[in-house]
Amino acid sequence: MSATTVEAAPAQARPAPVAAPRRRLPFSPWHLLLMPLSLLFALPLVWLVLSSVMSNAEINRFPPALWPSGIDLGGYRYVLGNAMFPRWFANSLIVSAVAVASNLVFGALGGYAFARMRFAGSRVLMVAMLATMAIPFQLTMIPTFLIMKRLGLIDTLGALIIPSLVTPFAVFLLRQFFLSLPRELEEAAWIDGCSRLRVLYLIVLPLSRPALSTVAVLTFLTTWNDLTWPLIAINHDTQYTLQLGLTTFQGQHHTQWAAVMAGNVITVLPVLLAFLLAQKAFIQSITSSGLKG
Amino acid sequence: MSSLPAPLTLSDHDRRHRTLRRRRRRETATAWAYILPAVLVVLGLSIVPFVWSLLLSFRADDLVTPSRWVGVDNYDALTQDPHFSQAVRNTLLYTALYVPLSMALGLFLALVLNRRIKLVGLYRTLIFVPFVISATAQGVLFSFILDPEFGAANSVLHALGISRQGFLTDPGQALLVLVAISVWSGTGFCVVIYLAALQDVPPSLLEAARLDGAGRWQLLRHVVMPTLTPVSLFLVLWQTINALQVFDLVYVTTKGGPLGSTTVIVYFVWEQAFKNFTAGYGAAAAYVLALALLAIGVASRLVRGRRPAGAVLVEGGAK
Repeated sequence: MSATTVEAAPAQARPAPVAAPRRRLPFSPWHLLLMPLSLLFALPLVWLVLSSVMSNAEINRFPPALWPSGIDLGGYRYVLGNAMFPRWFANSLIVSAVAVASNLVFGALGGYAFARMRFAGSRVLMVAMLATMAIPFQLTMIPTFLIMKRLGLIDTLGALIIPSLVTPFAVFLLRQFFLSLPRELEEAAWIDGCSRLRVLYLIVLPLSRPALSTVAVLTFLTTWNDLTWPLIAINHDTQYTLQLGLTTFQGQHHTQWAAVMAGNVITVLPVLLAFLLAQKAFIQSITSSGLKG
Repeated sequence: MSSLPAPLTLSDHDRRHRTLRRRRRRETATAWAYILPAVLVVLGLSIVPFVWSLLLSFRADDLVTPSRWVGVDNYDALTQDPHFSQAVRNTLLYTALYVPLSMALGLFLALVLNRRIKLVGLYRTLIFVPFVISATAQGVLFSFILDPEFGAANSVLHALGISRQGFLTDPGQALLVLVAISVWSGTGFCVVIYLAALQDVPPSLLEAARLDGAGRWQLLRHVVMPTLTPVSLFLVLWQTINALQVFDLVYVTTKGGPLGSTTVIVYFVWEQAFKNFTAGYGAAAAYVLALALLAIGVASRLVRGRRPAGAVLVEGGAK
């Protein structure tokens, strides 16, 4: 085993000495490629922020100003002064927060039962739940609308909250993670008379941070960013989510691009902040959910 | 358990048997209490609608008045509906362009970003950030940038001496512009997945190949690429499923126009069900899409054999 680590070390270090004699620039030539390319990826977002602080006069002339002459917060004032916009933000926040919390709770409970308990029908249920992941949302959206209508929930936040309460993804990701934990830890506490729930809460969950944060991150991302379902389930603008509000906002305020862009910045900000603050967890959650499950 | 050798006293056996049974019953009850919310929501809002949708697709339904059975008429009508065939064509073209472009660019960037150079973390972040932005926000932003009259894109083209473009308002360009926006936002995902896979290429294998005199290209072609094959297959599946389900971006930017040039299947389904109130017809179209997705899933399963990851993946795309 020590042989491989010794071997691995020079293999990692190798590229630098090989490249050194050929190097003529004071930096790696790859920067010449990566700098413009990554700027290309960032440019639309930079432009989003810049245009949100431009005055309408700067935006509405052709060619438009490519750099704001000063910071004009008119767009933001307009958006935040709009009676509806803060409300949409609150709606989005409520729906996403409930979805994250309930996916963690119900996902953990369900995942734990599937991982650690034996009961009649568990295998059938598990296969059925797994199979539902293959059903595309477009197939279920019309009947889901009809169900919500019968429950009298159309046009309420309830219609947005109920379908996102728990996803099979959360249940299975957590189940897989719980299975990877050593049973012995729980058994000791269990034999000492700890209830299942206490074992889950005191022993299993604290060990499951990576899986829990994956579920939280991905749930927040999908609920906050969703447009299709709110578009179907909500008609009245007091119940709009931010995404839905933004689409109508754009139509009504075509000339007020600064305001539309300010609204867009506000819509993007929570996800962007979450990403920048927890970049590592974010990327890990994307790759782990994608590859290892 | 009950078939254990009979204990000495019958009463003891009975008691133990009963405790065991009681404990097991309690375990079952607890387990059900734990999974009930998940079962109710997941099965209630996917298996029930799954069947309901099938029934719906054989009916004429306007979501208000009672529906009536029409058999396969909806499916018949779909085959003759030029709007539907256009939607299918648009979706396939979008998928055929988006999947290889995002993957090729993703692989290329991942190979470059896998090097140990300065600022590599910053580059990765810049390339990945568009991925977390909602399709709605992307759509609103690009409607602004690509506005044919006031947009920044045309002013840049103007400065370069290129005439004004219609972008999303030009039937010949709109779908291609949507592909470009999707590549902009979706490449970061491919980069991240490929980067993760590149970490798994065994360094000893690379070293061995290098000692055998393999050049850069040979290393890439014969050592790196083969280890990336499973991940590439995953990405083909993942990106294709997502591409076939594209909706939000279309809704925000073009609403299927101009002249139906960006009407994709999901947009068609949505339009039929919630705009024209022909829910049965929309459900039939949705079933056609679902069958296509199912076929892709089954085909990939056959190609890849048994890999547990596959099932978990479909979910993210479903929302």
